[in-house]
Amino acid sequence: MKGWDIGITLAPHFLVLLLALPFIGSLLSVLLLNTASTALPSRLASLVAFCCLFITVLAYPQVTDGNVLRYNLEWIPQLGLNFSLRLDGFAWMFCVLINGIGFLVTVYARYYMSEEDPVPRFFSFFLAFMGAMLGIVLSGNVILLSIFWELTSISSFLLISYWNNSAAARDGARMALTITGIGGFCLLIGLLLLGNIVGSYDLDKILASGDLIRSHALYVPALVFILLGALTKSAQFPFHFWLPNAMAAPTPVSAFLHSATMVKAGVFLLARFSPALSGTYEWFFILGAAGIFTLLLGAFFAIFQQDLKGLLAYSTISHLGLITTLLSLGSPLATVAAIFHMLNHATFKASLFMAAGIIDHETGTRDMRRLSGLFRYLPYTATLAMVASAAMAGVPLLNGFLSKEMFFAEAIETHADSVLDIILPYVATLAGAFSVAYSLRFIHTVFFGPSPTNLPKDTPHEPPRWMRFPIELLVVICLIVGIVPAFSVGPFLHTAVVSVLGTQTPEYSLSMWHGFNLPLIMSLIALAGGAALYFVLRHYLATCEDGPPLIRRLKGQRIFERILVEVSWRWARMAEQRIGTRNLQPQLRWVVVTGFLAGLLPLWHSGFEPRTFVFSGVDKVFAGIWLIGICLALGTAYLAKYHRLAALVMLGGIGLIVCITFVWLSAPDLAITQLLVEIVTTVLILLGLRWLPKRTEKMDESVTFRARFRRFRDLLIAIICGIGMTFIAYAVMTMPVPDAIATYFLENAYSEGGGRNVVNVILVDFRGFDTLGEITVLGIVALTVFALLRRFRPAPDTMVMPEQQRIQNRFDEERPERNAGDTVREYLLVPSVIMQWMFPVIITFAVYIFMRGHDLPGGGFSAGLTLSIAFLLQYLAGGTRWAEDRIRILPLWWMGLGLIIATLTGIGAWFLGYPFLTSHSQYLTLPLIGKVPAATALLFDLGVFLLVVGSTVLILVALAHQSIRITRLRTIEAEKAKES
Amino acid sequence: MEIILSIAIGVMTSCGVWLILRPRTYQVIIGLSLLSYAVNLFIFSVGGVKTNVPPILSEGGGHDVLADPVPQALVLTAIVIGFATTALFLVVLLASRGMTGTDHVDGRGEKR
Repeated sequence: MKGWDIGITLAPHFLVLLLALPFIGSLLSVLLLNTASTALPSRLASLVAFCCLFITVLAYPQVTDGNVLRYNLEWIPQLGLNFSLRLDGFAWMFCVLINGIGFLVTVYARYYMSEEDPVPRFFSFFLAFMGAMLGIVLSGNVILLSIFWELTSISSFLLISYWNNSAAARDGARMALTITGIGGFCLLIGLLLLGNIVGSYDLDKILASGDLIRSHALYVPALVFILLGALTKSAQFPFHFWLPNAMAAPTPVSAFLHSATMVKAGVFLLARFSPALSGTYEWFFILGAAGIFTLLLGAFFAIFQQDLKGLLAYSTISHLGLITTLLSLGSPLATVAAIFHMLNHATFKASLFMAAGIIDHETGTRDMRRLSGLFRYLPYTATLAMVASAAMAGVPLLNGFLSKEMFFAEAIETHADSVLDIILPYVATLAGAFSVAYSLRFIHTVFFGPSPTNLPKDTPHEPPRWMRFPIELLVVICLIVGIVPAFSVGPFLHTAVVSVLGTQTPEYSLSMWHGFNLPLIMSLIALAGGAALYFVLRHYLATCEDGPPLIRRLKGQRIFERILVEVSWRWARMAEQRIGTRNLQPQLRWVVVTGFLAGLLPLWHSGFEPRTFVFSGVDKVFAGIWLIGICLALGTAYLAKYHRLAALVMLGGIGLIVCITFVWLSAPDLAITQLLVEIVTTVLILLGLRWLPKRTEKMDESVTFRARFRRFRDLLIAIICGIGMTFIAYAVMTMPVPDAIATYFLENAYSEGGGRNVVNVILVDFRGFDTLGEITVLGIVALTVFALLRRFRPAPDTMVMPEQQRIQNRFDEERPERNAGDTVREYLLVPSVIMQWMFPVIITFAVYIFMRGHDLPGGGFSAGLTLSIAFLLQYLAGGTRWAEDRIRILPLWWMGLGLIIATLTGIGAWFLGYPFLTSHSQYLTLPLIGKVPAATALLFDLGVFLLVVGSTVLILVALAHQSIRITRLRTIEAEKAKES
Repeated sequence: MEIILSIAIGVMTSCGVWLILRPRTYQVIIGLSLLSYAVNLFIFSVGGVKTNVPPILSEGGGHDVLADPVPQALVLTAIVIGFATTALFLVVLLASRGMTGTDHVDGRGEKR
């Protein structure tokens, strides 16, 4: 309609609004979750759908004559992923369908949903689905399209499983998700291939490079993957079986998903990409075979359904097969027919689903064996349903007739000389007859005949006025389009066709009467044949079981489930049995061996040869220290099984030597940190030792051959790994260090970070974000330790009092002048007094280390560890109770405060217009003290400091508390034993 | 210098690997500590082995000779995180010991 100029030009931003509105509405519906009213959420949904429809209608002048309304926002331009939306005539037609039928369905659902259902949830999912669907048709970037495609799969899963207490709904939803999800994955692969061929993910570019795509070597794989995506979504054979199972959804969902949206997404995609992909033999053959098979099979199965919605579901499958067949032909006229049929099918099928919903609502059943003679109760609804099913059957004067006629006309033409072409006219007529048969059956069984008996609900009556309104409107559209197509739908259809076909747009005439030609004869044969078929089958159908005869047992659903069980359970279990293990040792062995090979392989490939060893520059003292270190390492490995304490002491020794090494090799920061960590680790493991079982060394002569073999193998692995590490380490150390980023940090540490200690500047400034992540991990670990220990139950044999304590207590008991527990208390008296005195000194030291950290070795990490050692020493000196009577540390507060300070420091940079964690530095001159560095990095370091203190103290105290808890448990149990 | 350090790294790796392949949880935790020493030293040594040139800037001093600060920064956080994972592993070890009554890594008894 070229004259339709309303004088408004929509800004492209309205596309974003159009897409965003449903999602916003969905979120708003969630807010209404607690309202009991069904009206409010449905009004909200109707309003949203109406607004979207309004925007779409206003946008019409900008999409006529092949014009496109575009909106582009860079998202990840490096990957070719842009948030680009485009509205052309074809997308516009789909927007009208989605929003228009969406609006009608929300009006209808308001009456359909009962008070007991969580209605806001329904509308929330519904609007989310609508948004996703709009996203598919509006996407101007194929990756974006794929994202919305997945969103429709997920939101349709939620919609189908809406009545989640019903097993059928859950199974149907799961099946739909599995099938369309796999399809979506294939589609993504196909689109990536397509993008790779074209060199862009932009839809316009892809559509414009059809010749390039079709001649490319990757054309066939890309085509197959894309078709898999489209065929699964549109429920084409052999993926059709999810659709009938999805009928467990509430009827408004079926009316929306299976008429205008979900299943139409597949054929939309086919039509959308047909300029780029169609016209080849592969396209014709794959789509043609799937389409023709689906067309015929769907129609045939539909006749034998006993469930009203089942009949409509198979009919939908069949009609989609018709559209697919048309698109497979690749001729412009066939594309016109396909687009026209998408429109027509959506109108009559939506109204039929809603009519079926009313029948279900009023009678309580959808079983056609029980329904009959409803015309007397629901005359109005019955009339509407009859007109709609006549449209479905392709009766003249209705819109279904027109597109079916066009289909017949195309079926006669020869497109690619093949078997498919020869059988197509016959198949088309036969499928037409089938569709007449099932439409007739629907009308005749449900509305005519004797009054129904034994209905779950007595005396059905007409539904509320507004529940019927959507059907009325759709049926009127069916009639208008059917009678005066050229004046009603003609211009809009033309707009859609032009945007798909462009210059190839053929001459076509939309009118009811094309003369007495072959397609008309085919239509007449189909009508007469269908009526005859129904007449013959009438009695059989009235009583037969659900499903087509003979192959009733052969259900796609069952095959699908068999495959699922086979793959996801049997194969998985087999694989787990064959190659899996639950034992830690083999797992670690594999990790070590794989790690070794992963290290070896690149060396092997690059032709690495160890240089000749030069024993120059060996410092004797350094060598001596490490001689001790190596002995300690071997001793640790040897003693760790039976002499845990000795092994721990030796481990500490190695730690000290590592610490000395750091000092020696110009890493004072590391040395400080290593020393402090060594202290807390040792205390930590000491605290844990108490809960391990006693293990006495006994010469076990009965070592089996297998055990011996295992040890030998492990020893071999260990030695090989050690030798490998030696070589790699030596090679790395002797190779010249390439000038990487070190120079940058050294040059800019002072000028940009404001500190002289480069290591600290890196930690709190250059790589501050990493450090923030690391302290977060530290906090999480501490919390996990804390949480695990709250539920800690020690093994029974560690519940008794430790041996040392018993000996000490016995000593007290033997002497009358001593009280029990005196010895324990006096244990290490002098050191503990010193430790208590040292408390303020260590705190001062921690502050000192912290303050100097930016310029000299030190910083938040080491200061935090120092302070936590100060606390730790108080616990060691006086015992847990003594320490906690005097000082209450709230480690969780320290941690929280630390994280907040660190994060806020980072966020602060935003307010000054810098990226996260940009630091600012300057020197303050304080009285008496002099110049003090005052970089914001210092504040960040304060956060690090607080968090390290909190985490370390939390871990150690939580572990130390176990002894108190066990004592308490022991007392409680002793009392219980006394009472009984 | 390099040869001593690399041999030390190798020996500690050997002992660590041997220990983490043992069946007792305590051996594994000690083995992991040994491995972390070895790995920390290795990462540290990637920047080259230099004595008496800590990466601390002084007035007028050239910074070409200073030790590489990047591996040091990496290792510093690795040391602290290493402590945290040791703690976590220790607690898991204790919990497993409490639940299964044994200190075997798979929580099973002495026999088998």
